[in-house]
Amino acid sequence: MSALTVENLTVSYGDIHAVKGISFEVRKGEIFTIIGANGAGKSSALRAISGLLRFGGSVRLDGKELRGIPADKIVALGLSQVPEGRGIFGNLTVKENLHLGAWIRKDRKAVAEDLDRILSTLPRLKERLLQPAGTLSGGEQQMLAVARALLSRATTLLLDEPSMGLAPKLVTEIYNVVREVNKSGVTILLVEQNANIALRLAHRAAVLETGLITLAGNSADLLQNPRVQAAYLGA
Amino acid sequence: MFFYLAQQTINALQLGSIYALIALGYSMVYGVLVMINFAHGDLFMLGAFACLLLAVLLPVHLPFVVILLLVMLVIGLLGALIERVAYRPLRDAPRVSAIITALGCGLVIENTTLSLSPYPQFLPTLFVSKTLTFAGLTITTLQILIIGVALGLMVGLDLLIRKTGFGMAMRAISFDAKTVPLMGIPVNRMISLTFFVGAGLGGAAGMLYGLAYPQISATMGVLIGWKAFIAAVIGGIGSIRGAVLGGFILGGVEVMAVAYLPSTYRDLISYSLLLAILIFKPYGLLGHPPNQKV
Repeated sequence: MSALTVENLTVSYGDIHAVKGISFEVRKGEIFTIIGANGAGKSSALRAISGLLRFGGSVRLDGKELRGIPADKIVALGLSQVPEGRGIFGNLTVKENLHLGAWIRKDRKAVAEDLDRILSTLPRLKERLLQPAGTLSGGEQQMLAVARALLSRATTLLLDEPSMGLAPKLVTEIYNVVREVNKSGVTILLVEQNANIALRLAHRAAVLETGLITLAGNSADLLQNPRVQAAYLGA
Repeated sequence: MFFYLAQQTINALQLGSIYALIALGYSMVYGVLVMINFAHGDLFMLGAFACLLLAVLLPVHLPFVVILLLVMLVIGLLGALIERVAYRPLRDAPRVSAIITALGCGLVIENTTLSLSPYPQFLPTLFVSKTLTFAGLTITTLQILIIGVALGLMVGLDLLIRKTGFGMAMRAISFDAKTVPLMGIPVNRMISLTFFVGAGLGGAAGMLYGLAYPQISATMGVLIGWKAFIAAVIGGIGSIRGAVLGGFILGGVEVMAVAYLPSTYRDLISYSLLLAILIFKPYGLLGHPPNQKV
């Protein structure tokens, strides 16, 4: 079963073609990662899928074509994105940030229950609920961004470089959270420069180079691939 | 001496509350779109005219509160309409294009009104004012009404911004508009609502101003609009509480300038105040530098 089907996706900024026709499929319940260097087009692809950028080609979520649907409507279809740089609203409290994540839901009681459940696994956020989110550390902000995205009851979660700017210990923590989220049934599309940790977490992966997918397969196989090792794993 | 000061303070509160109501509209719009809605002063003027039409043309005498709410509704819708047809198509254009468009919208409103009403009009008495005296100070019930309504609207707005989903969304947009759609929030609708609320407050201010100074004209929004803009900048444009603070400071300074100095110094002093504050606090009293993305 496919959660997300991407066919011949192209993204351009004027004359610059950032994504030059990529196709891949994310299966329901798996973690799929796209690895690649800075400027390979990873974020552009992700932002196109979540409706923030116009694109060519086709993106289907659970069989439904997303092309032409504005970003805020796509969230209601069950796809949520944790943007690059976390996208926390620093002038709002942690609690307000979380509530905005649940914007599309009207079932207040269920939102409150979900909030309790998510916070019980993230005690540091719970302690800082009424603090402005801008005062959180980078790791806490990343946790908040993930928690916020989950509150929309997303079935497919897009993560854009969650390890960026974080100490290795925190990266491990974030990745543990991502693994738990995936185990609870959420399909995950992860974009990373940190190929080592992304490939160890994901089930399947693709390598994006200057807007094109050059390699794809099981993450375990890619980890052993000499080309990947040379280019991305520093082996 | 003290009585004179206390008496002038009452006048300052009245003028300041009107400046503050208008300044809020400038600041709210700046907060979400980082543009100055230069048509806002003319929406203030239309608020006074809408009140006139409702009071004169309708065969029934509407209660004061109903007229106020209708004025706010009509001017609010007009503000949202201007955003939709004139500003939204320029959302991705350079800011200066949107600002010039706003100036143009203001001129269209002003001159349309001028062609329909070339001479000043007089608002009928909507509220029979009584003069109260205590401890040697006089205050009219009209002054109490104006200050009370203005403060009530400000408290209402503060609650709206701090407690409701719309308020949260508005603050989120002012922090990082590009991320807001990822929450499933329809940004355009929130911006329309921001214009609706801001213009509605401006309309209410126009009506209150008309009650205090019943001679209304098509050009009344120009000077008052500029003054309120100054108030918003003094307080820190983009800051809601700053707009209120700036409104009362400017109202106070103007009234005191006229009270103690030749009245022709009034505008000299208010513009000098703006310059002085900008030198020492470039972002205004309660304003923040724009967000630095790390």
